[in-house]
Amino acid sequence: MAGRRLSPAIDIEKYLRKRNLPHIWCAGCGNGIVLGALLRAIARSGFRQDDVAMVSGIGCSSRLPGYVDFNTLHTTHGRAIAFATGIKLGRPDMHVIVVSGDGDATAIGGNHFIHACRRNIGITAIIVNNYIYGMTGGQVSPTTPKGSRATTAPFGNAERPFDICLLAAAAGANFAARTTAFHADKLEDLIFKGLGRKGFSVIEAITPCPTCFGRRNQNPTGVDLMNLIREQSCGIEPGGKSEAPAGIRLGVFADRDEKEFTEIYAEMAAGAGR
Amino acid sequence: MSGAKRGGIEVLSGNDMCVEGALAAGLSFFAGYPITPSSEIAESLSSILPRRGGCFVQMEDEIASLGAAIGASLTGRKSMTATSGPGYSLMQEHIGYAAMAEVPVVIINVMRGGPSTGLPTKAGQADVMQAAWGSHGDYRTAALCPSSVKECFETTVKAFEWAERFRIPVTVLPDEIIAHMRENVDTRCIAEAKPFDRLKPGKPPEEYEPYSYEISKEGAAIADFGRGYRFHVTGLAHDATGFPTNDPEEISRCNWRIIEKVEIARSAFTWTEKFMLEDAEILVFAYGSVARTAKDAVLRLRAAGIRAGLYRPVTIWPFPASEAREVFREARKVLVPELNAGQMAGEIEKYLTRGCDVEKINRLDGEIITPVQIMEAAKALHGRKKAQSSD
Repeated sequence: MAGRRLSPAIDIEKYLRKRNLPHIWCAGCGNGIVLGALLRAIARSGFRQDDVAMVSGIGCSSRLPGYVDFNTLHTTHGRAIAFATGIKLGRPDMHVIVVSGDGDATAIGGNHFIHACRRNIGITAIIVNNYIYGMTGGQVSPTTPKGSRATTAPFGNAERPFDICLLAAAAGANFAARTTAFHADKLEDLIFKGLGRKGFSVIEAITPCPTCFGRRNQNPTGVDLMNLIREQSCGIEPGGKSEAPAGIRLGVFADRDEKEFTEIYAEMAAGAGR
Repeated sequence: MSGAKRGGIEVLSGNDMCVEGALAAGLSFFAGYPITPSSEIAESLSSILPRRGGCFVQMEDEIASLGAAIGASLTGRKSMTATSGPGYSLMQEHIGYAAMAEVPVVIINVMRGGPSTGLPTKAGQADVMQAAWGSHGDYRTAALCPSSVKECFETTVKAFEWAERFRIPVTVLPDEIIAHMRENVDTRCIAEAKPFDRLKPGKPPEEYEPYSYEISKEGAAIADFGRGYRFHVTGLAHDATGFPTNDPEEISRCNWRIIEKVEIARSAFTWTEKFMLEDAEILVFAYGSVARTAKDAVLRLRAAGIRAGLYRPVTIWPFPASEAREVFREARKVLVPELNAGQMAGEIEKYLTRGCDVEKINRLDGEIITPVQIMEAAKALHGRKKAQSSD
């Protein structure tokens, strides 16, 4: 089967703030792949740069908005979605995108995350899940697999990880899907799909962090981790059941078309006798 | 509930008039989280804003509330939140962010007794220091302490002007008594208020730098998101363009700018009341609800032959330093009643002449400081003067 190329005709350079390059990410990091997929999906969506607001929290992946030429907001740890909620309510016509890591979105920002899902506000959240706190040097995160080692889990993680997509689906997001940095074209497609949704959409990208996760877990290079991600990836049945529960379950976990929050708000305001 | 535009004498609460002040100033976005004794502000705005083309949202906590307000402010909306002590503590993270990123935002913090959950339904002036120093790092902000229902209106209008003009977070600090007290207000002030609209960049997008403005008393412009000015905003130390920097010179410029832009305009923030101070031998320094009983005590002391006077800051931050130095120059006896353990008393000692006798009256029980309490302390202080002079 001749695989589809990664939208080769799309020029993403116009979206880059080249003066801020090179980026801070390590060799073997998956953030660059996510950045590429995100920019291609934005290009395919036909958004004007002036109409896009990109918001992030704190962490390696949260540096992404600094490299792209949109209305960009680098906020506090975990709070990107809260700021993004204000932007979307302030300007419902704008395309608001949040980029957040696993610790940022599901530990310190977990509350904001589930409430954005519940509100079903028109924000597309790209959750870059590398299973670890990379920027602070490799501490255990809410998505670190049980048993994996981290600087604060030297004997292996004793805690169970969150399933971000199931969490988003249960909390009410219109769209929740997971893929990996290995599946870069799929990632682009899912982000494109998410950007087209009116409600809250979550696209979780599993990414390699050789520096902080791989080195402590027998996969010291980006290639090692990419191979591991590839081997462990498996699809899900419709409805979210997996044939291989131990693997990385990829697919669409929520796909609804419930009304978006700012639209409901506008209708309510009109009904209130504006 | 507040919200009507009438024009005449009405009986309204401090929280009502904070709402009216915000609306008169041009509020169009409110995000908040329920907390006593400020909840009436959110309740009113949840009804009023949607009908005026504005937006109200109840967020999941106070951190999110201020975050959402800052986000909305970046789209050009005048934005506000309202809370009380515990919520204000949570908001400190984003007060620092708004200071660092220079985004206008207003916070109404109705002060109750603390620490922790403290006294949710009772009065306190517990957040005086928090209003200036609550977030980590060095920054300058402004805070106003209204003493009447009408002043809740005036301070809220002013808070928006300062926030928008100087690109800073500004806090209005009514204590619980002022917020819940109802008194006659001439609501013609609502129609007469002059809203201040934030300065817009005079440059086209390709030349615009959000952090390269000249510091001045006139304030600083900021572009709106989504209007062709695609700039970057971060809480990291940043250069004139808004992008993070590791250059010590740029870092220094960034950090000093957020201090100096307020310091340079310090006199513009000075808003005080001087009551019977000219010949006062006992100076009472009070603010918020306490200043009301202090004023009564001053009158009664005068009637009893003791020359007392009241110095009342409406703006407590930036502290009215140069005026206070003048006022305190001749003061030998200063009485500082506060509904805290002496937060402002510690501050004013910086501005007092050496040898000045300072007496503090502090209550932490949620009850008001009565005129009698102030009078008794004043009399004791007065007597002490006589005892010393007879030495």
